[in-house]
Amino acid sequence: MIPATFDYTRPASVDDAVRALSDAGEDAKLLAGGQSLMPLLRLRLAFPDALIDLGRVDALREIRDEGDTLLVGAMATHHQVIRDPLVRAHLPLLARAAETVADPAVRHRGTFGGSLVHADPAGDLPAVALALDAVFLVRSVRGEREIRASEFFVDWMTSAMEPDELLVGVRMPKLGSGWGVHYEKFHRTAQAWAIVGVACAVRRDGDVVEDARVALTNMGPVPVRAGGVENAVRGRPVSEGTFRSAAEHATEGTEPPSDLHGSAEYRSHLATVLTARALTACTA
Amino acid sequence: MTVPEIGAPRRRTEDTRLLTGRTRWTENLTPAGTLHMAFLRSPHAHAKLTRVDTSQAATHPGVVAVFSGADLADEQGSLPCAWIVTDDMKHPDHPPMGVHEVRYVGEPVACVVARDRYTAVDALEKIDVDYEPLPAVVDMEAAVAEGADLVHHDLGTNKSYTWVYENGDVEAALRDAPVVIEREYVQQRLIPSAMEPRSVLCVPEGDEFTLYSATQIPHILRLMLAVVTGIAEHRLRVVAPDVGGGFGSKLQVYGEEVIALLLARRLGRPVKWTETRSEGNMTVHHGRDQIQRLTLAAERDGRIRGLKVDLLADMGAYLMIVTPGIPLLGAFMFNGIYKMDAYSFTCTGVFTTKTPTDAYRGAGRPEATYAIERLMDELANELGIDPIEVRRRNWIAHEEFPYETIAGLTYDSGNYEAATDKALELFEYDKLRAEQADRRDRRDPVQLGIGVSTFTEMCGLAPSRVLGSLSYGAGGWEHASVRVLPTGKVEVITGSSPHGQGHETAWAQIAADRLGVPFEDVRVLHGDTVIAPKGMDTYGSRSLAVGGVALSAACGKVVEKARTVAAHLLEAAEQDLEFRDGRFSVRGVHEEGTTLQEVAQAAFTAHDLPDGLEPSLDADATFDPDNFSFPHGTHLCAAEVDTETGMVKLRKYVAVDDVGKVVNPLIVEGQVHGGLAQGIAQALFEEAVYDADGNLTTTTLADYLVPSAADLPTFTTDRTETPATSNPLGVKGVGEAGTIASTPAVVNAIVDALRPHGVRDVPMPCTPERVWRALRGEAGAR
Repeated sequence: MIPATFDYTRPASVDDAVRALSDAGEDAKLLAGGQSLMPLLRLRLAFPDALIDLGRVDALREIRDEGDTLLVGAMATHHQVIRDPLVRAHLPLLARAAETVADPAVRHRGTFGGSLVHADPAGDLPAVALALDAVFLVRSVRGEREIRASEFFVDWMTSAMEPDELLVGVRMPKLGSGWGVHYEKFHRTAQAWAIVGVACAVRRDGDVVEDARVALTNMGPVPVRAGGVENAVRGRPVSEGTFRSAAEHATEGTEPPSDLHGSAEYRSHLATVLTARALTACTA
Repeated sequence: MTVPEIGAPRRRTEDTRLLTGRTRWTENLTPAGTLHMAFLRSPHAHAKLTRVDTSQAATHPGVVAVFSGADLADEQGSLPCAWIVTDDMKHPDHPPMGVHEVRYVGEPVACVVARDRYTAVDALEKIDVDYEPLPAVVDMEAAVAEGADLVHHDLGTNKSYTWVYENGDVEAALRDAPVVIEREYVQQRLIPSAMEPRSVLCVPEGDEFTLYSATQIPHILRLMLAVVTGIAEHRLRVVAPDVGGGFGSKLQVYGEEVIALLLARRLGRPVKWTETRSEGNMTVHHGRDQIQRLTLAAERDGRIRGLKVDLLADMGAYLMIVTPGIPLLGAFMFNGIYKMDAYSFTCTGVFTTKTPTDAYRGAGRPEATYAIERLMDELANELGIDPIEVRRRNWIAHEEFPYETIAGLTYDSGNYEAATDKALELFEYDKLRAEQADRRDRRDPVQLGIGVSTFTEMCGLAPSRVLGSLSYGAGGWEHASVRVLPTGKVEVITGSSPHGQGHETAWAQIAADRLGVPFEDVRVLHGDTVIAPKGMDTYGSRSLAVGGVALSAACGKVVEKARTVAAHLLEAAEQDLEFRDGRFSVRGVHEEGTTLQEVAQAAFTAHDLPDGLEPSLDADATFDPDNFSFPHGTHLCAAEVDTETGMVKLRKYVAVDDVGKVVNPLIVEGQVHGGLAQGIAQALFEEAVYDADGNLTTTTLADYLVPSAADLPTFTTDRTETPATSNPLGVKGVGEAGTIASTPAVVNAIVDALRPHGVRDVPMPCTPERVWRALRGEAGAR
């Protein structure tokens, strides 16, 4: 790794971290697990003046039960999220999706908050946060505020956070009983990013779909909530026919990219096929 | 000895240090005072260099010197091409750093030397270059069309050469043939992706230089560096310390190696450079990249009449060490294991503004094997015959060996029937065919396909006289030395320089077997032109079939000398001695004897040797093979193809290889596994992609997909053993077999799955989108 030079600090508390971030000015970067930032530094695609390493801010690693919600600390690693009994019990979709992130080495270093703040639409967790109606808690020297997932992802690799803000954690409502969940990830190799991903949760009441949450990975510059699909399955019988016809709505509001791994046309096709499969898997 | 060493599945003794990295990688070596190089590289596929201003970079703190190509123009020479394939081959100059023009993205234009690596890279940003862009030449077919933009203006053409081989009357064979199969296949461009990046360190000592490099070819590199730079060969020492893979990519003389040597001479200090992965993807020579136009003519019963092959082979921007010869290694392999009456092969080497191509695992043979094995499946389909059966009707029967092929080679041995029968049994071929039929009947969205590849290859490169007849610039022999030390321990020196193959284990097994000493008592030395002064290095699955044979011969000489000494010590006649388990004894009187260790001690002290016998117990041998060796095998692949998404999943893979006698079955199996992974990668995952402007868009491993174990099925591997008769060990070579065999097996399986959908080809790599498009009747399906 041959990055350009930068200043480096390693605060031990959230207060110290936000102060350091404020002091360092606009060209500072927070370093979490480093799984996205380090490659950018290595390739000299990012030239921060300062890195503020959050590795010693243990308070950010906590996963807390808040009653109706869970608060997942921004610095909780993917590995931690996957193994956490609270997450497994109340947000199984998050655990499922986190299991598909890259490889074991990345999952042990990479953090939940880091991958959300990076706001890469090809990342698996933004769509999950969107599907789960997550609320992002961010703090700066100016104070703390909350940002809803539907407003957090602004553009390609751009979040609604200000440069002096730090993500403390993400609050997600517990799913409750009766939900089946599935993350359908389509990628060419185990370690590759999703060409398309479908984060899906379905609550059934007997043979009828009571509620559904569907969000898509890598179908636009930001993760996309597939509201059309959700509406099309609510109150309908649990059947392959329901899911296939509902999945026809999957491409509504999407702007899929074309790149080496798939054209926009192909991604649109995949979104439809994979959404139907994800809905089916949730009710299997 | 209780267990014979040859054939023992020993764990590789070198692996602890290779796997932990706590070893002599070139990058791990940093002598005091080392300076670090960084290269500024062209961002243009093709441009004139109108100005390279290094003055700002030169004043950057920590920078020792900055050089442009022009600064070194008088001494940097031209990178060598050792294979002039035709008398009229167009062979452009290839300066290590661009002087007037650059012709691929990544070509070096300037070099910063600094006290540390970070500073060197920082200073690159202060070099000011004016480029005058010229047209990129990306597409081979466009490059050979009338009025094409030229890569090398002074050559007047983008064609480097056209090389032809003909045997029999192909036109006659095609004329009125009952079945004619015409196809065009594209061998996509691949990036070798060795785990260890390229790395070079040059240490000057007065007017002598030691160059450490992550290279497969320390001996050839030394010779070539002397030729290119004019530094006398005997003043140069080249060391290949532990080297972490190459797959052919380190069979090269790279510009960075030349520049390191020149700058170590200029600056009088050690100079070092290690590439980054993305730098390497742009500048390590690439592999494959052919357009193959093929015509196969056959009788109604499936017997082949003739084969016509017309290739365009992408050379890239320059000819490197064996660039033009790579597709010609395939010329002898397009006929595969089959008999036919006529064959013609024409290859045109084409310049493009892309990274030069050269040897990549298999080197010409995978391309040829892919073509013939795909065609055999097409022929079977055309005739409605099982693909195994159509092969049986054409292959050389085991009783027909030795067999002179239509391509002019003599296959010394083989048993295609045995390997195929074994593979079919392990694969449960009939059961899978039944499942395939069932899925077709049920219109299962996931279809099953079965792919066959009955391959052979030429290994053991190479008989020197054959190389001479092909105008190659060197021989193909290999050398070994054996020294029995006074304590009876043994040092083996090989000229075949390993980069992960496990020579230290396998060579110790051969020496232990031949000398009757414990395996642990043998040390294998290699990869340093001072320690191993003679050698032709490692490539083309040659090490065991050439170098291993040389070692066996050297051991034989040691035993014969030891016999003379032992006879003297025992006061017996030499012919009365028998040598077993490291001990000479008088035949029939086993208690009277002397060990090899005692003989070595006697030979060392030389107090009492037979008259005229030289002290010390050691010997050298050089082996130049009379013929190539021809490993073969039958590979069967079952692939599940999701017709809704185009995703291919390999369900089962059976590889039965015949690599002749085996020294270490564990190493052989490892080679097969790795080879399969690489061949499957060509079929499914890997492709170096250039955009229309000649930019490589797969510079990182996020874009250039190298599969991991998670992406591959569990392989079922087995062997048949038909010894080679072309060398005394009966060995053939295994380094490339898996790579050569597996690519067509996988694509045949995919196409087999989709035939009911009207698909007869999917271009490689068979990405999900390409499979999906083929199913929609787009590219590849007609």
